[in-house]
Amino acid sequence: MFGLVLICLAVFSAATYGLARRKVLQAAHGSGTRPHSRPKYHGAHAALWAAIPALLVLVGLAVAAPRIITAVTWADLPAAAPSVEPFRSQFQYDAEAIAAGSIPSAVAYSADQRAALAAHADRISALSGMLRLGGLVAVGLAALMGGLYAWSRARPDYRARNAVERWVGGLLFATSAIAVLTTLGIVLSLVWESLRFFQTVSPLEFLTGTHWSPQIAIRADQVGSSGGFGAVPLFVGTFLIMGIAMLTAAPIGLMAAIYLAEYASAFQRAWIKPLLEVLAGIPTVVYGFFAALTVGPAFRAGFNRLGEYLLGGPLNDLGLYLMGVQNQMALVAGVVMGIMLIPFVSSLSDDIINAVPQSLRDGSYAMGATQSETIKRVVLPAALPGVAGAMLLAASRAIGETMIVTMAAGLQARITANPLDSVTTVTVQIVTLLTGDQEFDSPKTLSAFGLGLTLFVVTLILNIVALRIVQHYREQYD
Amino acid sequence: MDAPVIDTRPIVAAGPKAPAHGIKVRTRDVSVFYGDKQALSDVSLDMADRAVTALIGPSGCGKSTFLRCLNRMNDTIQGARVEGVIELDGEDVNARAVDPVALRARVGMVFQRPNPFPKSIFENVAYGPRIHGLTTSKSELQDVVEQALRRAGLWDEVADRLDQSGSSLSGGQQQRLVIARAIAVDPEVILMDEPCSALDPIATARIEELIDELRQQYCIVIVTHSMAQAARVSQQTAFFHMGQIVEIGRTDELFTNPKEQRTLDYITGRFG
Ligand SMILES: Nc1ncnc2c1ncn2[C@@H]1O[C@H](COP(=O)(O)OP(=O)(O)O)[C@@H](O)[C@H]1O
Ligand SMILES: [Mg+2]
Repeated sequence: MFGLVLICLAVFSAATYGLARRKVLQAAHGSGTRPHSRPKYHGAHAALWAAIPALLVLVGLAVAAPRIITAVTWADLPAAAPSVEPFRSQFQYDAEAIAAGSIPSAVAYSADQRAALAAHADRISALSGMLRLGGLVAVGLAALMGGLYAWSRARPDYRARNAVERWVGGLLFATSAIAVLTTLGIVLSLVWESLRFFQTVSPLEFLTGTHWSPQIAIRADQVGSSGGFGAVPLFVGTFLIMGIAMLTAAPIGLMAAIYLAEYASAFQRAWIKPLLEVLAGIPTVVYGFFAALTVGPAFRAGFNRLGEYLLGGPLNDLGLYLMGVQNQMALVAGVVMGIMLIPFVSSLSDDIINAVPQSLRDGSYAMGATQSETIKRVVLPAALPGVAGAMLLAASRAIGETMIVTMAAGLQARITANPLDSVTTVTVQIVTLLTGDQEFDSPKTLSAFGLGLTLFVVTLILNIVALRIVQHYREQYD
Repeated sequence: MDAPVIDTRPIVAAGPKAPAHGIKVRTRDVSVFYGDKQALSDVSLDMADRAVTALIGPSGCGKSTFLRCLNRMNDTIQGARVEGVIELDGEDVNARAVDPVALRARVGMVFQRPNPFPKSIFENVAYGPRIHGLTTSKSELQDVVEQALRRAGLWDEVADRLDQSGSSLSGGQQQRLVIARAIAVDPEVILMDEPCSALDPIATARIEELIDELRQQYCIVIVTHSMAQAARVSQQTAFFHMGQIVEIGRTDELFTNPKEQRTLDYITGRFG
């Protein structure tokens, strides 16, 4: 039905295209004038007017019709319908399902309820038939009126091109509005749910509390149900892992970028750059099990061996500690995340180093500086602000990264700076809070939104600062 | 047996104004290739010490390429190949034993667009002395920087803001800063590639004055698009065309009485 209407509209719109175009061509030919716009614009103008208003009516009706039907028929349910919820609503659903030709629920209705159900379903289908007919007429009218309007405009002196360009501009605006509105919607829902959370747990406690154990607060009547929502350990864990990741990614990525930008021949560049970028294409879940199954056990074995070696010596205590190190630790998650970030850092830094004008390098070489002096003293200082921006962008990715930490860092919420400890991060907690069967209203579930909002604000600030630095730097040399 | 390395008969304007201080840079049959493309062929030219040699000619005729041979800046371009002999004080600059880095400390260069480093004015001038380790103390470095800025005629304008960024200066000041940077390492030759083409007439006049003063101490080679500038600042002029030298002469003679028809056409603006 819907598809048929669309096809009809398309045919009608195509027809108006041809008609309007012919009309303008003939009129122009008859009067010997040149039309203001090329004939195809007149055609496109007519076709747009024939199709778009009708489409808007169609979409509006398609969205509104089921609501209208429910509202109208819900108001006069038959007397035999169950009077208590949720059975009363179920009765309505079942009637609608029957009317739509699908299978109703398995609720056992009494005999007169079944009769009432059938009658109600008939009423619903009658109403929807009427609506459909009315809708069809409305769509047809909209198409016809739009087409007629455009037809009346199809004269050689009409500025069809400008009108079409306005339509196109409007269309592009609408598509970009979708993206913006979606973002806005996400942020608003995040804020809204967070506000609900902050009604039970004060923001001050959330942001400064050092105890995180939402598990004990599943039931609201438990003592201390709001005692475990201090997010500080999560942020400590997040920043610890981010720090390790950046310590890995920053030097390696930057030096790779320097090599690529300053030392590599065109041939080496053509091979190394794509290979590095393959790293960026690996799904994070693959890094995750690489961390959990390969790097974690390897690090553990290494530390345990080191511990054994130290036993009995002056560092006996350290040896004992190292022998007890487990697979899951901040170090593993951080290092693997750092590896994931290397291509990101290196390709951004490579662009930035390449943007340093050749004239600066020439100036330095002409002073008798060597290549490494030139890089150290001229190229890198010139690129530094931009590279710093790239690092901040990488850091904000590290903060938001979830998969690797979920698989490799553990679940212990604790305040520690020891990279061999198992820690947990904000993103991991959000995942564990929201996966599985959850009661949507409990502070436990809602705390995920509080964490999400805080994380969002932190990364937003990082991104804004980073982008401003990078941009400022770009302007400097244009 | 010591075979003469090159023909040392001077390829330079003779006459009453012949170079009083001898030849500083001597080139014989210099050809340059960028990949397969030949940009210079068999250029022979002598450049006198304590004098200004101007290189003129239409765009793309190889003036910059020639200039860049003299301090081996073409080494930094992938695929560039230089043939022929280039001597600085009778020493082959392309010899194995010569380190281009050391050579460039002796042959400074100033580019078309002012290119101060993104550092303070002081650090810009101190750059060369620092990398070559020319000074041993902070105060000595300060002296060198001040001397260079004075000789470049910039000291009075920047003395109270040495810690500001070099790019905060005007275009003409930046170009003088770059000249100060070049003379801070006390070179023997200064190459200038269209040093005024990005400057306004007043800044240009200042640079020309400066070139005239620097001539007392250095061998200067300047590429310029302005015939008037070549006539004002140089003592010897070489006219390049399509990768070759068409005519070399004393500047006053070449501009008033060129021997070649192509030179006459160029300096009277009939092609370019
Ligand atoms: N780096 C380079 N690679 C390839 N060709 C070059 C390069 N630099 C200059 N050339 C070519 O060499 C010729 C001479 O250039 P150049 O010395 O810059 O001329 P001028 O300075 O007289 O305008 C030109 O044809 C130019 O295209
Ligand atoms: Mg040039």
